[in-house]
Amino acid sequence: MKNEVAIIGVGMHPWGKWGKHFTEYGLAAARMALRDANVSWEDIRFVSGGATVRCGYPGYVAGATFAQALGWQGAEVNTSYAACASGSQALAAARDKIISGACEVALVIGADTTPKGFLAPSGGYRPDDPDWVRFYLGITNPTYFALYARRRMDLYGDTLDDFAAIKVKNAKAGSKNPFSRYKKCFSAEEVAGSAVVADPLRLMDICATSDGAAALIVSSVEYAKRIGKSSAPRVIAISTTTPVFASGIVEMPDIATDSAAAEGVEHRSFRENLPRKAYEEAGIGPEDIDLAEVYDLSTALELDWIEDLGLASRGEAASLLRKGETSIGGKIPINASGGLASFGEAVPAQALAQVCELTTQLRGQAGERQIENAKIGITANQGLFGHGSAVIVAV
Amino acid sequence: MLRKAQTPAIDGWYKIGKKPQLIGSQCKKCQTYFFPKNDRECRNPRCSSTEFSETSLSREGRIWSYTNACYQPPAPYIVDNSFIPFAIAAVELEVEKLIVLGQVATGTDVDSLAIGMQVELVIEPLHETEDEVKMIWKWRPKDL
Repeated sequence: MKNEVAIIGVGMHPWGKWGKHFTEYGLAAARMALRDANVSWEDIRFVSGGATVRCGYPGYVAGATFAQALGWQGAEVNTSYAACASGSQALAAARDKIISGACEVALVIGADTTPKGFLAPSGGYRPDDPDWVRFYLGITNPTYFALYARRRMDLYGDTLDDFAAIKVKNAKAGSKNPFSRYKKCFSAEEVAGSAVVADPLRLMDICATSDGAAALIVSSVEYAKRIGKSSAPRVIAISTTTPVFASGIVEMPDIATDSAAAEGVEHRSFRENLPRKAYEEAGIGPEDIDLAEVYDLSTALELDWIEDLGLASRGEAASLLRKGETSIGGKIPINASGGLASFGEAVPAQALAQVCELTTQLRGQAGERQIENAKIGITANQGLFGHGSAVIVAV
Repeated sequence: MLRKAQTPAIDGWYKIGKKPQLIGSQCKKCQTYFFPKNDRECRNPRCSSTEFSETSLSREGRIWSYTNACYQPPAPYIVDNSFIPFAIAAVELEVEKLIVLGQVATGTDVDSLAIGMQVELVIEPLHETEDEVKMIWKWRPKDL
């Protein structure tokens, strides 16, 4: 298993709207992960940070910022920007460093303080930036989630009750997670009663933006053995593939899809292609997966991901949900952490938070949200500009 | 009172007037369409042509999906007076084999839309400046 690295430590700062500097959250998560791994900060030879670009300080949410906060000790540093997949790319950089033999143990970290209100682009007249154009036209993030949700209702007969059931399920799981932002167990009636934001999605179908931080200590399998952690969960695959031409689903922040008019070209789905490389790399298939953490930017999107990951046939995810199979205790629990529904999104930390949850579950340390006998888990997320990732963790 | 001049909200993306059209480009080698216009290099990975012709896209298409904006979007979205919710459609153009987003024509709400519905391109105001009305493309159901 030459491409595997061990996850020997995990740490998180609770998600919320704390209004503090992101470095403070990152420090807390890093210190927790170091304690969990029982590794000293000075032994870390590589710091890999997830980045985000906004708030007037592009380039500042970076690996080096956390390395300085922990105290400069001469480790090598990396910063990865990949929108919602930033954390996975930072993890991939650390994994490659370890596999190449250039380093034995690394800190992977992401932290964010989100601005109040909508996430929006910088101003001016900038028609070359698709993100600017779509906001100028009044097309926000929920617009895209709603377009996908409406298609599910039309093509597969999914209902508003199904979407509400996802919020109820994830809120229940999240209420048992010490790191989640929202602890309330919402009822289907409360979801149904929340205001429509982008038809058919209501306020409680859509995830919030949050402050938060997540950190991993990853090492070579040899190193893990040496420090008595030979049974630590391992990262067995990472996919950070781009879409494949012609991308046929209108994706944030684009105003149009690729054209499939050329001979021999067909429309392809980015989300469906993403996990394929991960499954191939791990040498496993969807049937081997025990749990998944997927990017539920909206309730309905969780159903899309279940099918994109091959955990249900196209159009069948809602039927799994209705039977309770995607809840903790079901056949294939989805978002046992509570998902974005319970966390809200902290972009550079979120993909790492997903890996933290898999690690905690596979170690059997998830307390009241524990999934029994979980051996293999997968994460999936997607963000702006053709970024996305899937990570497979196994024990 | 003088009427304000109508000008495109985004330069070079569409023609306004009686027969409005979205302006795209088409690769001369592999026939791939682009909207907005691409004149750098063909983005079909099996083609690397740099020869494009400017082309007007189909004025009609079918709704791929639809939604609305119930709350005022953040800047750079501009509201003249008070915010009025509007519908949004993703429309599939058959010839070009691509989907284009746009607002739905004023006065049509989500309840009168359906996936597969035939729509046509119209030009309507997006917002006003001191001396101009900024115009944008919108989709209008054909049978309403």
